[in-house]
Amino acid sequence: MRTMTRRAMRGVGLLCAAALSLTACGSSDGDAGSSDKTVSGGDLRAALKEGGSITVWAWEPTLKQVVSDFEKEYPKVKVKLVNAGTGNDQYTALQNAVQAGSGVPDVAQVEYYAVGQFALGKSLEDLSRYGAGEFKADYSPGPWNAVAVDDAVYALPMDSGPMALFYNKKVLDKHQIAVPTTWDEYLEAARALHAADPKAYIANDTGDAGFTTSMIWQAGGTPFKNRDTDVTVDLTADKGVLAYTKVWQKLIDEKLLAPVTNWSDEWYKGLADGTIATLATGAWMPANFVSGVESASGDWRAAALPQWEKGGEVSSENGGSALAVMKDGKSKDLAYAFNEYANHSDGVQARLKGGAFPATTADLSSPSFLDTTFPYFGGQKANEIFARSASQVPEDWSYLPFQVYANSIFNDSVGKAYVSDTTLADGLKEWQKASVAYGNDQGFNVNK
Amino acid sequence: MTAVTPITTGRRPPAGGSRGRRVRRGRRGQVGWVFVGPFMAVFALVFLAPIIYSLYLSFFRDQLVGGTSFVGLDNFQRAFEDEQFWAAVGRVALFLVVQVPVMLGLALLVALALDSGRIYGKSFFRIAVFLPYAVPAVVATLMWGFIYGTRFGLVGNFNDAFGVSLPDPLSPSLVLASIGNIVTWEFIGYNMLIFYSALRVVPKSLYEAAEIDGAGQWRIITAVKIPAIRGALVIATIFSVIGSFQLFNEPSILQKLAPNAITTYFTPNFYTYTLSFSGRQQNYAATVSLVMGVVTMIIAYAVQLRGMRKEA
Amino acid sequence: MSAPSFTAEQTPRRTTHRAPAPRRGSRARRSPDKPRRSVLLTVLMGVTALYALMPLAWLVINATKTQKGLFGSFGLWFSGDFALWDNISQTLTYDDGIFVRWFLNTLLYVVAGAGGATFLAVLGGYGLAKFDFTGKRAVFAVVIGAVAVPATALAVPTFLMFSKMGLTNTPWAVIIPSLISPFGLYLMWVFAAEAVPTELLEAARMDGSGELRTFFRVALPLLGPGIVTVLLFTMVQTWNNYFLPLIMIKNPDWYPLTLGLNAWNEQASTAGGQPVFNLVITGSLLTIVPLVIAFLLLQRYWQSGLAAGSVKG
Repeated sequence: MRTMTRRAMRGVGLLCAAALSLTACGSSDGDAGSSDKTVSGGDLRAALKEGGSITVWAWEPTLKQVVSDFEKEYPKVKVKLVNAGTGNDQYTALQNAVQAGSGVPDVAQVEYYAVGQFALGKSLEDLSRYGAGEFKADYSPGPWNAVAVDDAVYALPMDSGPMALFYNKKVLDKHQIAVPTTWDEYLEAARALHAADPKAYIANDTGDAGFTTSMIWQAGGTPFKNRDTDVTVDLTADKGVLAYTKVWQKLIDEKLLAPVTNWSDEWYKGLADGTIATLATGAWMPANFVSGVESASGDWRAAALPQWEKGGEVSSENGGSALAVMKDGKSKDLAYAFNEYANHSDGVQARLKGGAFPATTADLSSPSFLDTTFPYFGGQKANEIFARSASQVPEDWSYLPFQVYANSIFNDSVGKAYVSDTTLADGLKEWQKASVAYGNDQGFNVNK
Repeated sequence: MTAVTPITTGRRPPAGGSRGRRVRRGRRGQVGWVFVGPFMAVFALVFLAPIIYSLYLSFFRDQLVGGTSFVGLDNFQRAFEDEQFWAAVGRVALFLVVQVPVMLGLALLVALALDSGRIYGKSFFRIAVFLPYAVPAVVATLMWGFIYGTRFGLVGNFNDAFGVSLPDPLSPSLVLASIGNIVTWEFIGYNMLIFYSALRVVPKSLYEAAEIDGAGQWRIITAVKIPAIRGALVIATIFSVIGSFQLFNEPSILQKLAPNAITTYFTPNFYTYTLSFSGRQQNYAATVSLVMGVVTMIIAYAVQLRGMRKEA
Repeated sequence: MSAPSFTAEQTPRRTTHRAPAPRRGSRARRSPDKPRRSVLLTVLMGVTALYALMPLAWLVINATKTQKGLFGSFGLWFSGDFALWDNISQTLTYDDGIFVRWFLNTLLYVVAGAGGATFLAVLGGYGLAKFDFTGKRAVFAVVIGAVAVPATALAVPTFLMFSKMGLTNTPWAVIIPSLISPFGLYLMWVFAAEAVPTELLEAARMDGSGELRTFFRVALPLLGPGIVTVLLFTMVQTWNNYFLPLIMIKNPDWYPLTLGLNAWNEQASTAGGQPVFNLVITGSLLTIVPLVIAFLLLQRYWQSGLAAGSVKG
């Protein structure tokens, strides 16, 4: 049940617009009495001085440093950092806690693609009353759109995952294969590589909802649309879907993709020994290379994501998450203070040092960030590539308001394309059917 | 005698009755509850209360848009028409008819071999076969997952070493068998121990008589030993049936390695997990579970009735 | 899977053929050790044992490898560098020694959970075996029936109930459900029916001993071997418990070993996470070792107990 780990989300805006009309995202009145009261910086400072304790549910490793810095700065505040599971596991726990009305943390890490679902479930505090609405210009638009709608802000962006192509230079050089700049070239490279070395593959793929949606996103697709509770799912005729399936079906048919699942030990092995030659993923990947694929240091490089049209300059987001303040949490003021510290002030630098990829515009354009050299990538200034990618992401993308569940059943249907005669197109069609049924069951009007 | 008796309860009081002695009634009529009471009290808290709560939940529906509403028997109707659910039931039924006999058969044979006293290093073998039971399902699945790997795993090592190409144990057509292997590996020792301890208390006099009559070993096994431990066989079968129908840990952990072979509705238990945890459909999940519980109960009782009829 | 099932199926038949007729008479004069040992049967048992031990051998071998060695060497043989001690010390100290904490948690769950489960099962089994009372017939039917309902079905309702009682994220959430062992109840029922002669109880009652006193003074000592067996099973169950704590415990400080190991395994699957497969494997090994030791130690009691039981039978 793991690892839909890092998926980004734009377009929750639209979803929350939908939700607002149902008073789901918007209203923060009711339960906690004074919860819609505006809180000033002075109030926060007073709260920090007075002290207290908060619980943070997050799996992001760099937060450990942030917590210890924060506690040093505000000695009266005790932060309990709990890893309650990764991605879906944590959402499950969060949902259970909210439903039970006890054990809800004060702060929770939520991936961009899941923010909408929790906002809709009235679980998240609107941070605009703390003045978070003024941070708009401080974050790159992708992540910001995922957490904010109109005047409401449901989380503060923690990191982002503009996509890039990581490639094993040693392997490609050995077989004299050029770094592909389009997906058609990528297909050619896949053929050439596998012909030259039957053990080597251009990439691994066993079906990953986050990756597939990111690819469709880059190809200009908008398969998911929301308006109020009306939701449209189009995974059959959408132009992004068609572009993606055309190339990817060939990679599958010709057995050019290693049947290795992301994040498995075989995956790490393949990245290390050159049998998996490229990896198209979010810019948060370098930290994983350093810690998990240590032995291949120097072999890998980063490049711009291959394009669907020659000469294009379009990218996509994959992964990334935000920190939200839970409505049922006990110390919301402290929770927000911590959130702002981690994602909008001193904590950001500590996290960057730990290898996280920023969502803050100031850092994305700062010379020191762009000039950082990566010894792992042979001294390459990879952040230049990532920062450029971040600026090339299409803005009209949106996820489903029940994307967490949809992604969790992705392999039931689309997965068949990887292990049987079912085509990718048919698999996506079946995924659509299951998602539509679920959405309608949950009270949305899907494809009606 | 021996382990046979209690399984008949529900109908007949065990042991005391079978030994021809009267169990105390009258004055001590309710004293038994002093002993059974604590167990039943905790049992009521951790089993009965949640089941009743599930029943309550099964009459409602909770939607992301629209909240909770009473829906009567809608959930049950949906469960009876749910193809994914019945596909999962079919899958565990297949698992049941293949894996359970293989596992119990093997366990019985090992128990008989140990009991026969005809092997060298008996205590070594007994502990060796029993050891996998000490391995948590998480760890067992992790280990077998590695062994099953066709690229870097042992299967892969074999393919490379001998230039063969063994079929992928984690492909959709083989994954059920691969899970069966893990479960067999985990529980063969457990069942063996049950059979073995039942065999140990079969009175020697029973087969001494048969041996004097010139019965062969095989005949003694089929005519004396196996009937004598029928109770243990039946109880092990019932617990294995229940275990099969509740299959969850192995597929859920293995799914990380074989996401396309193991669907989120691979077993009924996995399906209810997906429904209630990823799909926030706790009401429907509760319904499916109750239906599944009834199905399991019917089959467990059928096994018990059939197993006991021969004895009577 | 197929190899052992093949061979073992033939075992008894072969044995029959090979058992020479004259020996039967001599066996009848009895002595359990008399039957001649069979090499063939032993070899067939060896195959079964190999099947049982091979994955464990894999675990032991791979616990000696570094993260790098794991990726680059044959699974069933050692890699160049022998890192077992290093792995063990890393496992015990990683993340401020959280593994030790998990170990102690597991110990707590086992002592309280398995101990309590055994106690309840012994009481209940004895009550069922030696008393007649209203509702007795229903007890086992209800227990078996409830056991048939999938655990995942009970998970959410149990979670919500426990949550309302404020028990989630506390050791109680794991211990209380562990207190019920239907199989333990069954085993004790069988055992008590056999091992405790009703005459003995009658005699004690004649002497004016109360029921509880009779139980503790007269019955309990006779139930020893059965208790050890039930304890063994409930111990394994609690030690290996995974699903329940997965739902109930979200605070790593209260994780049992199984959840902790899973968390370490998952650690490889997040951005910025550090894969620690070598620690997962070494941790798995360390998790199993105490149980294996308990088996070996308890086995002796269990063995002698059973022998005593069989004489009585």
